[in-house]
Amino acid sequence: MSDVADRVKKIVVEHLGVEEDKVTENASFIDDLGADSLDTVELVMAFEEEFGIEIPDDAAETIQTFGDAVKFITEAS
Amino acid sequence: MFDLTGKTALVTGASGGIGGEIAKTLHAAGATVGLSGTRVEPLEALAAELGERAHVLPCNLSDSEAVDALPKQAIEAMGRLDILVNNAGITRDQIFMRMSDEEWQSVLDVNLTSTMRLCRGVMRPMMKARWGRIINISSIVGATGNPGQANYAASKAGMVGLTKSIAYEVASRGITANAVAPGFIATAMTDKLTDEQKDKINVQIPAARMGAPEEIAAAVLYLASNEAGYVTGSTLHVNGGMAML
Repeated sequence: MSDVADRVKKIVVEHLGVEEDKVTENASFIDDLGADSLDTVELVMAFEEEFGIEIPDDAAETIQTFGDAVKFITEAS
Repeated sequence: MFDLTGKTALVTGASGGIGGEIAKTLHAAGATVGLSGTRVEPLEALAAELGERAHVLPCNLSDSEAVDALPKQAIEAMGRLDILVNNAGITRDQIFMRMSDEEWQSVLDVNLTSTMRLCRGVMRPMMKARWGRIINISSIVGATGNPGQANYAASKAGMVGLTKSIAYEVASRGITANAVAPGFIATAMTDKLTDEQKDKINVQIPAARMGAPEEIAAAVLYLASNEAGYVTGSTLHVNGGMAML
């Protein structure tokens, strides 16, 4: 697993308090990992801070799964 | 009690009677204050009076770009932003059937839309900090209505709905959002009234007098404090019993 994926997973596990093995490629933050809409905003804020990138609101809305997040951040950073 | 040492507060309309008193009170409790308003001179004078821990942050609240930039400027000046007090407001009184679009819009823009923009602007830093206090200064008129003030009353009622919705969304993040609704408060504006006019007003107030800016500031201080952490989405009416809501 890439370095980006590891770091994203760490943030998701910490923030949502879920088991690491639940955070799979297609795991949806809201449907599978129990996030509410405010959690997703906070995850995006945490990603921005961790990776030193800016994720605009319209892009943030497309980040629904763990895989989406890894893909977006890999391309952006 | 009510120690704000280490906290920072942005107060809009700090050049006015109530806003200035709010800033002084928060400052006296230990907070660093950002004084915002359109008129720079009274802000500078207030900052000079307060001495340390006071920053002048002029902003024209009818300029949406300037409003969006204000929270960032406040954080640059003070290092963080813990408390937002939306106190600035204008009136453009007119009998409703004659009220122009411009009279309506200007009041809604300054009183309600700028409040929304500033609340939105402070969300991110407050969410990160897991602590925040939003205090919106509404008015008794927002709850009771007032002839000649359809625009003002609508904006002040709107602030209450806005405050409650924000309170719902961010309560789990340690952020509270409340409103303070002053009744008649003695300021430079009410000094202009004749004794006869004042008597007419006082008759409607069970406390038989107008309120003092300090009495609004005390309500704001409470809502800004750690002690008020379980109070959110409420409207604190400070009106001498004029409307018991």
